[in-house]
Amino acid sequence: MIRFILKRILLLIPVIIGVSFIVFALLEAAPGDVADAIIARAGEVTAEDIEAIRAAHNLDRSMFYRYGVYMLNLIQGDLGISDITGLSVWNTFMQRLPNTLLLSFSALIIGMAVAVPMGIIAARNAGKLSDNFASIFTLVGMSMPVFWIGLILIQVFSGNLGILPVAGFDHGWRSLILPAICSGLSLTASTARQTRSSMLEVLKSDYLRTARAKGTSEDMVIRKHALSNAWIPIITAAGSSLCAQLAGSVVVESVFAWPGIGRLAAEAVFARDTTTVMGTIILTTVLYVLVQLLVDVLYAFIDPRIKSQYMNTSKKKKKTGMEKEAAAA
Amino acid sequence: MSDLRKSETVAEESQYKKRSQMLDIWHSLRRNKGALLGIIILGMLFIILIVTLFMPYEMVLRMNPFHRYTPPNWQYPFGTDFMGRNQFHRVLFGTRYSLAIGFGSAGLGALVGVTLGAFAGYFGKLTDEIIMRFSDILASIPGIILGMVIVSALGNSLRNVIIAVGVASIPFFIRISRASILTVRNQEFVEAAHAIGMSHFRIIFRHVLPNGLSPIIVMFSVILGMSIITAASLSFLGWGIPAPAPEWGTMMNVGRVDMLNAPFLMTFPGIFIMITVLAFNLIGDGLRDALDPKLKK
Repeated sequence: MIRFILKRILLLIPVIIGVSFIVFALLEAAPGDVADAIIARAGEVTAEDIEAIRAAHNLDRSMFYRYGVYMLNLIQGDLGISDITGLSVWNTFMQRLPNTLLLSFSALIIGMAVAVPMGIIAARNAGKLSDNFASIFTLVGMSMPVFWIGLILIQVFSGNLGILPVAGFDHGWRSLILPAICSGLSLTASTARQTRSSMLEVLKSDYLRTARAKGTSEDMVIRKHALSNAWIPIITAAGSSLCAQLAGSVVVESVFAWPGIGRLAAEAVFARDTTTVMGTIILTTVLYVLVQLLVDVLYAFIDPRIKSQYMNTSKKKKKTGMEKEAAAA
Repeated sequence: MSDLRKSETVAEESQYKKRSQMLDIWHSLRRNKGALLGIIILGMLFIILIVTLFMPYEMVLRMNPFHRYTPPNWQYPFGTDFMGRNQFHRVLFGTRYSLAIGFGSAGLGALVGVTLGAFAGYFGKLTDEIIMRFSDILASIPGIILGMVIVSALGNSLRNVIIAVGVASIPFFIRISRASILTVRNQEFVEAAHAIGMSHFRIIFRHVLPNGLSPIIVMFSVILGMSIITAASLSFLGWGIPAPAPEWGTMMNVGRVDMLNAPFLMTFPGIFIMITVLAFNLIGDGLRDALDPKLKK
């Protein structure tokens, strides 16, 4: 298990190098450089000032030199200081991160609380009215842009009913409700579909017939026997949705003016704040990979078959196939 | 279903099977209610697209200062915006952008992604390792942020939005085509093709890929819908097609300011984005059912 985690963390290194290089090159390709961005903000500057700024940022050297300097600082844990805001990128990110985590996990809880029961009900009544209703709901939910869902929520709950704040962060838990529902809804759609198809697969299996035959109550059959076998794909779907939420929360955070990391990235790209963009994307990537790792580790706790794979790594190759068959039988 | 019709469809099916796989897919797709709805919606969007192509583009820019913020009525079915422009014309003309972005970016992603994925799956070893690391790198940059960076590097335009959204979809195609190729690679006909001296290139594109195409087609349909949403989100955030163009995401971004007094400015572009994406999702679901060998009778 520890070897697996270590390997995944080591694999993060080439990913960070690749991501940082791609983003760095793209930012270099953008018209205008750091000096222009600073000058645009500073007002009056002399030619010497411009030269000083350019020299300070190594703008007279090649792009690869600047990338090398950036990476050297990165290895030492220094993400740099924003040229636009003058704040440390690491501090800004860490200040924003709890907000995004709060939003993402609230969305995850809302999403799962709606999606799992919905998927189970749909699977049990496959082809009936409630199933059709659920599948229309999920299809429409998946087809609606998240920002539109957010704007409709704002219009109804803040505009027409006037019971919740439009956006921002200043109204305590009340400002969390709408953004969390908004991200939660988009998460619900995909998770509910996954729950339904995963449950449908399980409901056909022989062990459920056995469980029913021995007189287990229907409630018990679904909760204990069916759901515990259907969890893996559901967790996968929810896990990748959570990753998407954490990393791609740009849209929801922009609609609700929620001060999270997604909005930080959007603001930085808009302001041509190269240092902050680089830092935010690198840290988001790390976060993304770590959450995926967490989901993979979570499997082991849910599925004893996977756990045993990690436990005897020496016999892993030979055993997994047989074990799976044995467990399935 | 009556016996007569059943025997008819069976006869039809066997007839089609002899002809081509594509016709077979089309046939079972047509019997799927959802997919049929998707095809009808898509057909209507294409009709709108073709009709608007023959109409003067000035229609979307024509202003009428005396009819600003008109709610939907017979003259202006979708209302008018802050410059008194007819939203009905603008929304209909917007079809071309969304379809161009959808097909353009999913096509770009598929072209690059499937080629790389096929190479990775077919050659294995180092090629596989390099391509998959590349895919991991692309996949771990959040799509929207990557899109914003690409658009700000290249500039706001239709072509650049297609590139930005297309690049973000490459890793999906790499993974799915690699996985699909792996299931085909070790079959006898590949060995046979190899034995008669075919080049790797020819084997991949003539023999391996066509046999592992099903999941890629399903993925293409799903990515099409996703790309349209991503592009609309980019436009909505200001990294899309610039303002006077009647792109749906851009229109919603403009309409956002007047959200409370003129909600219809966002409703109609929103509905059009939704039904377009819905059509692709429905077709994708239908294709998945049609191509799934488990469900074939």
